[in-house]
Amino acid sequence: MRADALTTPRAANGRAPDVFEPGGWVPMREHREQDEVDFAIVGTGAGGGTLACKLAEAGFSVVAFDAGAYWRPLEDFASDERHQAKLYWTDDRIVDGPDPLKLGSNNSGKSVGGSTVHFAMVSLRFRPEWFKSRTKLGYGVDWPIDWREMWRYYAEVEEALKIAGPVRYPWGPKRPRYPYRAHPLNAAAEHLARGAEALGTDWAETPIATLSAPHGKAHPCVYRGMCVIGCSTNAKQSVLVTWLPRALAAGAEIRDLAMVGRIEMGPNGRATGVHYHREGEWRFQRAKNVVVAGYAIETPRLLLNSACSRFPDGLANRSGLVGRNLMVQLNQAVWGQVDEEIRSYKGPPSLAINEHWNYADAGKDYHGGWAYMSQGPLPISWARSLSGGRGLWGRALIDEMARSNHSVGLKMVGEVLPYAHNRVTLADETDQYGLPIPRVTFAIGDNERRMVAHALDFMEASLEATGARERWRETDDTCHLNGTARMGFDPETSVVDADCRSWDVPNLWICDGSVFPTVGGANPSLTIQALACRTADRIKELSRRGAL
Amino acid sequence: MADRFPDYDVLTQRDTPSWNAATREVIDARLRLGEATGLLTAVQIATLRALAERIVPQPEQRAPVNTVALLLASLTDATAGEGYRPAGLPPAREAWARGLDAIEAEARLVHGRGFAALPPEAADTLLAAIENGTVRACEWQQLPPRLFWSWRLLPDLVAAYFAHPSAWSAMGFGGPASPRGYVRLAADRRDPWEAAERDDGRLLPAPFRNRHAR
Repeated sequence: MRADALTTPRAANGRAPDVFEPGGWVPMREHREQDEVDFAIVGTGAGGGTLACKLAEAGFSVVAFDAGAYWRPLEDFASDERHQAKLYWTDDRIVDGPDPLKLGSNNSGKSVGGSTVHFAMVSLRFRPEWFKSRTKLGYGVDWPIDWREMWRYYAEVEEALKIAGPVRYPWGPKRPRYPYRAHPLNAAAEHLARGAEALGTDWAETPIATLSAPHGKAHPCVYRGMCVIGCSTNAKQSVLVTWLPRALAAGAEIRDLAMVGRIEMGPNGRATGVHYHREGEWRFQRAKNVVVAGYAIETPRLLLNSACSRFPDGLANRSGLVGRNLMVQLNQAVWGQVDEEIRSYKGPPSLAINEHWNYADAGKDYHGGWAYMSQGPLPISWARSLSGGRGLWGRALIDEMARSNHSVGLKMVGEVLPYAHNRVTLADETDQYGLPIPRVTFAIGDNERRMVAHALDFMEASLEATGARERWRETDDTCHLNGTARMGFDPETSVVDADCRSWDVPNLWICDGSVFPTVGGANPSLTIQALACRTADRIKELSRRGAL
Repeated sequence: MADRFPDYDVLTQRDTPSWNAATREVIDARLRLGEATGLLTAVQIATLRALAERIVPQPEQRAPVNTVALLLASLTDATAGEGYRPAGLPPAREAWARGLDAIEAEARLVHGRGFAALPPEAADTLLAAIENGTVRACEWQQLPPRLFWSWRLLPDLVAAYFAHPSAWSAMGFGGPASPRGYVRLAADRRDPWEAAERDDGRLLPAPFRNRHAR
């Protein structure tokens, strides 16, 4: 393991790390800072990394910046929760409001490849009606994109990542079969499946971005079970090992350990490039277009921190909506004890899923949908659930931890509605770069509380049906971040248009979960990547027409 | 509670295909980790030591966990903290310093002696008062007790303790698993390198079945 990745840029001097070879390198095209590149992309996660690949493959010159390190998983990743905190965004942030959010490992990545390096790989399509939730379902706001178009891009991403999933997916319109076969169920997933059947609903093997057969230089999953702390065998199809090697091969440049602090605006109202901090100094890269892809906290933070005399309230913020409508997803759980050994540390944590309540509306006293999945917490995470969520400490905690191999649980991913008061603003304090840190304000609404009550009852009934005793509810967890720069139909009510181009600054784009108008009850990463593929196609089309 | 995984020690897998070089390096360093100096005063350290003993008490038969050293390291190591904090709580290191002072002040106010000198029941009652926000020492005016309890005290101590292989062994956790991973995923199935759980009804006792757990 080489510790230098956190202190010295690896992508430099005409080469970048080869993620498939310990100590290996691949060639990387480099651009001079005084040269105006076609696209400067801020962030290399599900949005920015995917877009960097697609734009480079279309022949655009691309420099993609990431504040985090450029890892080679095979040599840099330990099987250890504590050590792997190096993958998380741990810069100072303040959380407040009635329900302050937990960030860090929960939802924030800081490495090349973004939080896909430590995501749980759950790769779901949105329910078609969610793209028109206001019109079709009577809540939230509509997306300016038709679901059938998204359906095509979902297929593209699923193929690129070789998603492993079932032959027939039980919910929603027809979709192609998943590229790779589904993974076997572990014991925790079997509990979900048996419970779902006892309650009269479908279940499925979770479509998941870890390989069930070889793909290129990556080997199949070995069921090590530490997916959420970074895959050390490269079975996980993160952006780091999928889109970015393609991006490099197509001529994109990636700059690691490069924190973008401000977007520079020219006198004509167009962005001219980005100021970034690398190797101890502030530098400037000129660019014809700037894409912000920092996820739903860092994206609004950068736009707000880039305020200038022409845009005193921050860039792309004429609507006043930058930073507003922050949506997490509800992540409550029910746990219980069973006689048999579950050992849920084996295999990806969420091998089985029930999306019934994402697609069924009858009988709900709330808007929105939710899914739930089987669980496989690692020791520190589990001990924090038992202490924080159940109030155990001392002897009671140690004794309960000793029974972990018999614990089984189900956890929801539930839709949070967009509320303008849930938002990201700038705090008075500054970080290690001298930049104002973000303040993240969040409150759960009554709609969400009703959804949680329904979901916990349903999940508990499922666990009861499969013999789990001593059941208890973990009630305050959330996950995922979306919605602080929503896309829409007009400049008054949205930040970007359907092409993810800002209404106010024509060469400023946003490409991450920030643009989601609504979030649904499905993990967002597949949709973020599908949107990035669509944005790349739209940029190609606009370029062809001379409309960039 | 009797040890459910007698004779199981996850460290016996160190030199097997379940541990890659990065893992060996990280865990070797963790086992050797000493207590960082200069972060907290001697009194604060004594309070922290007693606090760790109440929150994450070490099973007698298991190798000792250097909980205090691990907690102190998380206050110095930039990659070990979590960054985010609720409004009203200072950054982690400052919060811990204030929190330990407040616990000590609370013990002296209520019991007339330091926290480290309290009998277990009195210490636990005091901790429950922090958990419930019913503490009285004026030091808590600088540190909301329930926020400190739920965002720092519990999660930080628990994370420190369960980062140690001794804690993994006691819970029968398979431990590091790269590149070998696991083969048998179904209920009641165990790979040879996983811990066998004590079951007095079985013909072969767990220590016998655990002799191959490596």
